[in-house]
Amino acid sequence: MASYSTNEFKSGLKVMIDGDPCSMVDVEFVKPGKGQAFTRVKMRNLKSDRIWERTFKSGESVEAADVMDRDMEYLYTDGEFWHFMLTDGSFEQYAADKAAVGDATQWLKEQDVSVVTLFNDVPLSITVPNFVELEVTETDPGLKGDTAQGGSKPATLQTGAVVRVPLFINEGEVLKIDTRSGEYVGRA
Amino acid sequence: MTDWQPSASLKLIRKRAKLYRLIREFFAQRKVMEVDTPVLSAAAVSDPYLYPMRTEYQGPGTVNETPLYLQTSPEYPMKRLLAAGSGAIYQLAKAFRNGESGAMHNPEFCMLEWYRPGFNDHKLMDEVAALVQLTIGCGRSEKLSYRELFQRYLDIDPHQATVAELKSVAEERLELSTTMDDRDGWLNLLISHLIEPKLRQPTFIYDYPASQAALARVETDSEGVAIARRFELYVGGVELANGYFELVDSTEQACRFEADQRHRQQLGIESLPTDHRLVEALEAGLPSCAGVALGVDRLLMLATGATHINEVMAFPLDRA
Repeated sequence: MASYSTNEFKSGLKVMIDGDPCSMVDVEFVKPGKGQAFTRVKMRNLKSDRIWERTFKSGESVEAADVMDRDMEYLYTDGEFWHFMLTDGSFEQYAADKAAVGDATQWLKEQDVSVVTLFNDVPLSITVPNFVELEVTETDPGLKGDTAQGGSKPATLQTGAVVRVPLFINEGEVLKIDTRSGEYVGRA
Repeated sequence: MTDWQPSASLKLIRKRAKLYRLIREFFAQRKVMEVDTPVLSAAAVSDPYLYPMRTEYQGPGTVNETPLYLQTSPEYPMKRLLAAGSGAIYQLAKAFRNGESGAMHNPEFCMLEWYRPGFNDHKLMDEVAALVQLTIGCGRSEKLSYRELFQRYLDIDPHQATVAELKSVAEERLELSTTMDDRDGWLNLLISHLIEPKLRQPTFIYDYPASQAALARVETDSEGVAIARRFELYVGGVELANGYFELVDSTEQACRFEADQRHRQQLGIESLPTDHRLVEALEAGLPSCAGVALGVDRLLMLATGATHINEVMAFPLDRA
């Protein structure tokens, strides 16, 4: 397996730390004028999502992690696995388990393209697009003429997600949702 | 591509010009003479943790290529001028340090270095404070001994603590990938990671451990501990200046060069030619003096609120 020396450290680099794949978030060169150099790295453990800092002596090496981000189209779920297919024309499919998909399930719509992070060729995590368009499957009837009054109600979307929407929204409408906050943005 | 353009804004490029003018006026008023010494030297710095860049000269006057080193600071030639009777001198010099690049480091940088015959370290600290106040207007400075600093921030005596104690203080507060067996390594780690970020107001640290004397004279303090008459200035969590009540003893200077060479061997680093001309200048007689080096790019960062050194440099390494 390849390894990286501290001189190659940069944010986004994927390395193995204590057996877990980690991504460097921030890399700081620390050197007292008269002392030896250190490299202080803020890292995210890609399994647990924990962010923490570790200090390396300059010149040390760490093992590279076989982690890759790939664009994939969501196909379907069989209840145990969520199935994705590479968009590069290879039709190669990957099955992500519940731990890998996590909260992304509520935004996964068939044919939408997400970023699947592979670790040793197995899906480790899913990053859905910042904005998705989903149909309202269930909500109280819309109030006619009420377009400016404010106020909101819950609506269930085709993926099962429940979001707060304005009172004038009706079942069957397609909405644009910000997946980072889980908030309604507007009609699609 | 737009990397032909400067990484600093024109506003900051103008601020640098203004800063240089302020610095030159400051020293002109104090009758300190500006000097110019070569960036290239046949000898190299002896400090085990400084890596000079190397080049060579070939041409009239040489048969073989002559190796030359880019200075890591103008200290040696400036001391030769002092020994030759120059009196108080300063220089705005380019210095080069291989391997140093980051938010606070560029391998080529501007160093303001000055020497004051007749001053000791404390009198020079007062002058450094005046210059910093003039250029960045950052309020009153505080002075702490190295011992007081460690007692205040980490509750340990840096001169008495064992290596094991220093290690445990570090490991309680930091996650480290490796360990070290040298005391100064741990002290430097503790300062740079745990103390330096907290030194926001200008803070002078003085009376360093004798093992970190570099080119400062060593004395015994009131507690019977050997200390170096060395000081550093921190502002805004940044190491800004390093100064000494200068070593003038040529025999001691030669011993320290040899000790540095042994240290380099232990670390497995190439030994470089030492500056015999500096030792000879000290033999001829260096006046009692204090000297200090200050990072001008960092001073400009502090004056303007820049958070990366590239914001204050026209063309840092990646555009050089």
